[in-house]
Amino acid sequence: MEILIIIISAIFVNNIVLTQFLGICPFLGVSTKVDTAMGMAAAVCFVMAISTLVTYLLQYYILVPLGIEFMQTLTFILVIAALVQMIEIILKKISPALYKALGIFLPLITTNCCVLGVAIMVVSKEFAFGGEAHMLNLGESVLYSVAMAMGFGVALILFAGIREQLELSNVPKAFKGVPIALVTAGILALAFMGFSGLV
Amino acid sequence: MSKGGIILKGLVKDNPTFVLVLGMCPTLGTTTSAINGFGMGVATMFVLILSNIFISLVAGGIPDKVRIPCYIVIIASFVTILQLVMQAFVPSMYEVLGLFIPLIVVNCIVLGRAEAFANKNGVLDSACDGLGVGLGFTCALTLIGLVREILGSGSAFGFKFMEGDGILAFVLAPGAFFVLAYLMVIFRKLTGNL
Repeated sequence: MEILIIIISAIFVNNIVLTQFLGICPFLGVSTKVDTAMGMAAAVCFVMAISTLVTYLLQYYILVPLGIEFMQTLTFILVIAALVQMIEIILKKISPALYKALGIFLPLITTNCCVLGVAIMVVSKEFAFGGEAHMLNLGESVLYSVAMAMGFGVALILFAGIREQLELSNVPKAFKGVPIALVTAGILALAFMGFSGLV
Repeated sequence: MSKGGIILKGLVKDNPTFVLVLGMCPTLGTTTSAINGFGMGVATMFVLILSNIFISLVAGGIPDKVRIPCYIVIIASFVTILQLVMQAFVPSMYEVLGLFIPLIVVNCIVLGRAEAFANKNGVLDSACDGLGVGLGFTCALTLIGLVREILGSGSAFGFKFMEGDGILAFVLAPGAFFVLAYLMVIFRKLTGNL
């Protein structure tokens, strides 16, 4: 039951893009086609799950015992950057097909703030999923990060679908490009507000 | 280019928010009021100026292939310093901005200026560039925060001038997108940047 609540709350109620404002750059940047949006979403999901796993272990087995939690930002970003690079190399070797599909999106993910954001979020905040508020354990953290990435994917793919239609419509000159995309995102965020209070 | 010209360029012509559309996450996420927007802008400016100065000093010694990881380490170090300083002197602001302070590391403005300006210019010019772009970012965030605060809670810089609550949606997520979109259009119109 709790698993279901975690997934629903991460995808709809606390959607990472539309309610928490993380990962806006790729949201605006690579969402002009549904295909590329799917590729990006898959790559983010993959990297986010692995990096949350690693940073969680790093936080509780190295930073906390040594009492150097203030090094969190520095170590997390380094680990994420190294991980992305490593995943790229490993994928190239063992699964060229997947590498081809995700290839161009992987380097972009290092500077995608949702990966670092979720990694910091799960180790610094208490969550209450229906029950008492508590710090997440390892399994919940990874599940939460995957669900968050799925929320990113849902928002990205929905937005890409709308933008494909938007291409064909007649937009005032001053609104061309980013402003109309922002207005669209605002309406989408308005729709997602309807989910608040669900969990 | 003169020092003043560099600052002005970052403020208007290369405004990071309205023209380059960089660093959107803190722009949308922290501007629930004018004060919060201003705080976030100043925090980013602090990191931007220091990292610009430091990177322009060491850029010659960094091999080209590993420059991006090096820049990220430098920026992350300054962000850590900022976190400690803010915890010590403005803990309430640190609490409000929360996650977005460590996320300055992945703010594309900071890395973007390092890559586009600081690694090929002198120390003083880089500092001016950091100041200009930082001011541009701070002004934009304060303005967005001000508009959202006026519409959403009927106050400006914390002073309430209206009875009642205002339009709640402007303090919440959708308002951020709408206000930024319309301000961007107005900025484009005013600067003839169509």
